[in-house]
Amino acid sequence: MTESQVVPTAMTGDPRYEALVRARARFAWLLTFAICAIYYGYVLLIAFRPDILARPIGDGVTTLGIPVGIGVILSGIALTALYVWRANRHYDPAMQALREEHGA
Amino acid sequence: MKGPFAATRCALILALVAVPAMALADALTGETQQQATNWPAITMFALFVGATLWITRWAAKRVRSASDFYTAGGGISGFQNGLAIAGDYMSAASFLGISAQIFASGYDGLIYSTGFLVGWPIILFLLAERLRNLGRYTFADVASFRFAQTPVRLFAAFSTLAVVVFYLIAQMVGAGQLIKLLFGLEYAWAVAIVGVLMTCYVLFGGMIATTWVQIVKAVLLLGCATFMAIAVLASFGFSPEAMFARAVEVKASVAAAGGASAADASAAGSAIMGPGGFIKDPISAISFGLALMLGTAGLPHILMRFFTVPDAKAARNSVLWATGWIGYFYVLTFVIGFGAITLVASNPAFLEADGSLRGGGNMAAIHLATALGGDLFLGFVSAVAFATILAVVAGLTLSGASAVAHDIYASVIRKGEGDSDSELKVSRRTVPVLAALAIALGIAFETQNVAYMVSLAFAIAASGNFPVLLMSVLWKGCTTRGIVVGGTLGIGTALVLTVLSPAIWQDVIGNEAAPFPYSSPTIISMPLAFIGIWLFSIMDRSGRAVMDRDGCEAQRFRAETGIGAAGAATH
Repeated sequence: MTESQVVPTAMTGDPRYEALVRARARFAWLLTFAICAIYYGYVLLIAFRPDILARPIGDGVTTLGIPVGIGVILSGIALTALYVWRANRHYDPAMQALREEHGA
Repeated sequence: MKGPFAATRCALILALVAVPAMALADALTGETQQQATNWPAITMFALFVGATLWITRWAAKRVRSASDFYTAGGGISGFQNGLAIAGDYMSAASFLGISAQIFASGYDGLIYSTGFLVGWPIILFLLAERLRNLGRYTFADVASFRFAQTPVRLFAAFSTLAVVVFYLIAQMVGAGQLIKLLFGLEYAWAVAIVGVLMTCYVLFGGMIATTWVQIVKAVLLLGCATFMAIAVLASFGFSPEAMFARAVEVKASVAAAGGASAADASAAGSAIMGPGGFIKDPISAISFGLALMLGTAGLPHILMRFFTVPDAKAARNSVLWATGWIGYFYVLTFVIGFGAITLVASNPAFLEADGSLRGGGNMAAIHLATALGGDLFLGFVSAVAFATILAVVAGLTLSGASAVAHDIYASVIRKGEGDSDSELKVSRRTVPVLAALAIALGIAFETQNVAYMVSLAFAIAASGNFPVLLMSVLWKGCTTRGIVVGGTLGIGTALVLTVLSPAIWQDVIGNEAAPFPYSSPTIISMPLAFIGIWLFSIMDRSGRAVMDRDGCEAQRFRAETGIGAAGAATH
């Protein structure tokens, strides 16, 4: 894919373009750290303190590990949904508006 | 266009292959592992094969260019692609393997599931949109966007083929054993049938057929798992606590029957409700977690799916659908695994004299199907399990063929000067070669434990493809030399450490004490790849390095805006 592409400097030089790209990257990295923290928090808990997860909640046999494990899966889906919602609602229209303004 | 006729011919060949196989199976029913020929399962499976070959015939008429072949012309919607991704990703290993693991040790199975799921948000946040905007057919398009084509393409093609071959071996061996168990067909025939069917789908129908086979499979698998999970929960009045309590009771009584003291039996029962023997040491846990999470973001057949949608927005939406379906599926397998403990482990009809599962450890979900819905539902679940393997191997084969034709033939040999027709011809010729290789390796590895091959495929993807992709799209200073040296270092380390790990050094070669004591190499090999890419890039003073760094601006602009990206074909 080495075909050269002319970059419209009017658009890339626009501070709003740079701000938009940076805001989107910041949001994406924030969510990346969030999912890594959740997952590695879980893995480290399993590795070092499995007894916490094996502790029953309430009087029955259901342990804390069950809602926590299912919670890791659900939080993965929730963070994905959050990003898609924000990108569809906010970043895409903002980028489209910039493109139209600069005729790109 | 000879495609449709060829597809029909393929079906005929298949029928011819299947008939002697069944005859052979009858002669072999005395063998311990092989089950009696299962007619409801074979009928259900024949229906699935008929439907998918019909789809292939329909798709074959639509495959006119390399773009149709690799990416279905970029005309798949976000929702369809989400289902197809789920179909590509939810392998028989997740369905049978994870439910079997939960059946055996309870909670531990959930640890696998979470690792397999959390790679998806990462793909979305860091890669999905950039992949769609920068690539056309293969992930190498993205990795080589601003770099020297030949070295980066060769690296990417090699790592793609390595992942594809290891993954294919695991799927083929799994398929052969599964079909032998479920349908009573002989192992070699089962492997050959899988190979011939996947060749039909990919060769004639390309990505269009592969996508629809994956969608059909995803719907069948999700439907079947939903039914099983609801049926299990319904038998406990929809109380998970009641299900868990019964599972603990069953495990304790099994332990007591095995001669354990009352205290030990009770401990064995409650052990299934928390993390247990799956994690041997913290290093292995973290390393394996890394491989699962970031390997997903480097699997070539998964990355390829992002080129089948028209734009970045559809790519993004397809990840959300895929993550939702895959997460839902893993919650279902958790219920299915515990359901199997309550309904299968307590029923002597499903057990051997020594208390182990009839037909082998992976049969938990299959026996549960019999317990819930009798022989007919068993047939349905067996057919779904087989369909699951077919959809995964088709995606893998297509990805391998695209690496050979698009990355090696069109980009390296023809230097991008070749036409779409000759590229299409090369990919089609590669498909039967890959299938023959997969069949041969599948048969060669019949008696081996191939569980490590899937984790090796994930380790290679996490240590080669993922660092290369991430650094090439996010770091301006990255150069051709850095990519190739760092990526090769990561993959080489992953391969060497896997050979030195207990799974191969002790279990396969038969040596004592493995030099590398951990179950996954990723914790070493992935950081090495990142360090290698960084170090060899900053030390790179060549003229090419200047071009590589200068190309970053155009790459970033296209990645962020999608302007100039390959669009959907219009026909």
